[in-house]
Amino acid sequence: MPKTIVEDNIDILVAGAGLGGTGAAFEARYWGKDKNIVIAEKANIDRSGAVAQGLYAINCYMGTRFGENNPEDHVRYARIDLMGMVREDLLFDMARHVDSSVHQFEEWGLPIMRDPKSGTYMREGRWQIMIHGESYKPIVAEAAKKSADKVFNRICVTHLLMDDGKENRVAGAVGFNVRTGDYHVFKSKAVIVGAGGASNIFRPRSVGEGAGRVWYAPWSSGSAYGLMIEAGAKMTQMENRIVLARFKDGYGPVGAYFLHLKTYTQNCNGEEYESKWFPDLQKIVGKEYLDPEVSHLTHRPIPTCLRNHALISEVNAGRGPIHMVTMEAFQDPHLEEIGWHNFLGMTVGQAVLWAATDVNPKYENPELTTSEPYVMGSHATGSGAWCSGPEDLSPPEYFWGYNRMTTVEGLFGAGDAVGGTPHAFSSGSFTEGRLAAKAACRYIDDGKAEGIRVSQEQIDRRKEEIFKPMEHYKVYRNEIVAGSVSPNYINPRQGLDRLQKLMDEYAGGVMVNYMTNDKLLNIGLKKLKLLEEDLEKVAAENIHELLRAWELKHRHLASESVVQHTLFRKETRWPGYYYRGDAMKLDDENWHVLTVSRRDPKTGEYTMEKAPCYHIVDEDE
Amino acid sequence: MPTFVYMTRCDGCGHCVDICPSDIMHIDPTLRRAYNIEPNMCWECYSCVKACPHNAIDVRGYADFAPLGHSVRVIRDEEKGVIAWRIKSRNGETDMNLLAPITTKPWGKHIPKLADAPEPSQEMRDSQLLYSEPKYIRMDDGDIHTLGSNGLKMKAGVAY
Repeated sequence: MPKTIVEDNIDILVAGAGLGGTGAAFEARYWGKDKNIVIAEKANIDRSGAVAQGLYAINCYMGTRFGENNPEDHVRYARIDLMGMVREDLLFDMARHVDSSVHQFEEWGLPIMRDPKSGTYMREGRWQIMIHGESYKPIVAEAAKKSADKVFNRICVTHLLMDDGKENRVAGAVGFNVRTGDYHVFKSKAVIVGAGGASNIFRPRSVGEGAGRVWYAPWSSGSAYGLMIEAGAKMTQMENRIVLARFKDGYGPVGAYFLHLKTYTQNCNGEEYESKWFPDLQKIVGKEYLDPEVSHLTHRPIPTCLRNHALISEVNAGRGPIHMVTMEAFQDPHLEEIGWHNFLGMTVGQAVLWAATDVNPKYENPELTTSEPYVMGSHATGSGAWCSGPEDLSPPEYFWGYNRMTTVEGLFGAGDAVGGTPHAFSSGSFTEGRLAAKAACRYIDDGKAEGIRVSQEQIDRRKEEIFKPMEHYKVYRNEIVAGSVSPNYINPRQGLDRLQKLMDEYAGGVMVNYMTNDKLLNIGLKKLKLLEEDLEKVAAENIHELLRAWELKHRHLASESVVQHTLFRKETRWPGYYYRGDAMKLDDENWHVLTVSRRDPKTGEYTMEKAPCYHIVDEDE
Repeated sequence: MPTFVYMTRCDGCGHCVDICPSDIMHIDPTLRRAYNIEPNMCWECYSCVKACPHNAIDVRGYADFAPLGHSVRVIRDEEKGVIAWRIKSRNGETDMNLLAPITTKPWGKHIPKLADAPEPSQEMRDSQLLYSEPKYIRMDDGDIHTLGSNGLKMKAGVAY
């Protein structure tokens, strides 16, 4: 059996150090000078998480300093973009702090572009500022490393440890080193989950090697959800998956193209197509959510999902492909350079693809497509754990003592892990990490983590469970001559293929044009249960495959939650992200609520509930 | 583009193994050189390409949609604080050199060590403020936003 390494007496364990986790580790030191702060990261903190590759923009910056926006403006923006379904206490809280993170990034050396005339940050859009962010992640990682007592790289955290003395209280985490194969136990008073959302749970459009060129990083294995769901934390808005309209195949970003380069889309005949779909779409979602005239007059954005809907509908009507009109903007050599830099800064693969296919956007308008769905809580959707808000903002239903604490005591979240806070992006995720860290220190100082007991039984049980796929392989491998076909096991890739296929076909993926209904979802749930049984027989030939096995188990837990939530919400809230064919209308009367679920850790049974949706309005309203 | 490693340039130093976010750059036990063990889990993030001290790692577009005969090369220089790219298209018509800064400060020198920062007061602990706030929110003497300060309230129900 592998060696067991126990790290005891940790105060704050950061599980997953992308932007959220680095923010948490950094800030925790300020409020907890005496605290033992430890990071466990699946990869190398210098290049881990969704920002590993870099970014060319910071998509969440208020600019109150320059008189640009107030936090409530951002809340209203996120609200309309998500068709009303957001946690406005968490959003306001993130927005009122986010600029202080960005100003520190600049001081640390992150190159933020400035408008040469006004001296303000160069705006890409109302919320986005432009950066040369190739080293965004190494820079914030440096800040986290300076604060943490220890950084454990290459530790795949598989489970949270629970207190054996008190029900529903966290006690640390366990995992394994993906290089040495050692078993790691982290006993901690509080845990901040900074792990990632889920790519690769729906079948990707790519059919081979290109499966790696998913829009969200392939290493975003839904571990934020896998860890917290397994521990019995309540989740919210897991049905709110995102579909991205992006450059075809490479999934290169379009934000700078639309906002800064002022490129626009048209169908294969060179016609504008969006507006002609809006009257029919208005019948589905109502005038309150889609009113092009009001949007035109007030600059209220048209929700992203609805613009997706127009694109999908136009392609289905036989007028694809949809093109991004770059030929005008790219005549300006300065804008042309920005267009390429934009890719090199955050999606190099798109530049490689254009080089490979001789696409010169100066002379041809590249194709756009809609992606497979993703599940996440930091980009433009808000899936994640049901967390407490801050005491000065949150109504009683949203408040249980500690900011960003989940419904499991001592378990906090940041970034993708927190539900209801879309449009946080990199800077907002980092900020959420900071908020969670301050609250976690307070939780410990208040004595809430006293008397935690972790039994040897729990530690041994998890160890056996974690390494079981390798044992299983050893036992059954010699039953067959060679190859990957066994009657007694599947390998992680085979399991992932099955997960992606069933999610695609039953939960509204690309193959079915994002369409599902209650019948399909119920079949999907049955198939997920069968897959769960087979995941007990997943086999890992080596430690790398063991990593993939646990990523798959996390993806499976996330997927089941997605299907349960999608089944619960009997309406089509976000046409363009997915459609409930049996309830093809937005239904504010019954469903202007947040969906909240809990999976019983002992039985695996789900319970679903509705939580009220609070909105921030003017005092006199 | 999945990465690949040139046999004659790689000396098996393992920088790429150390940095790869996807854990797919491994050392071949027989050849003692690195290679990409799982191309369909490669995001083309170029972390390994940038980390290789011998420029031994390159990228070839995903076989399911990218034709052969292109090149996107990079050199990242932490000391100079710049990154240099060269993009060459398959037909040779595009050949661009692009340069961008990666930092404006000497590496790591301007990041504070919060262990050395003054202890926060009880008042600050009880407030909604984070480290360096309120100063860094607006870089002036203004305070943090609250519902009250902005004339707002939370209201349950439907609002658009």
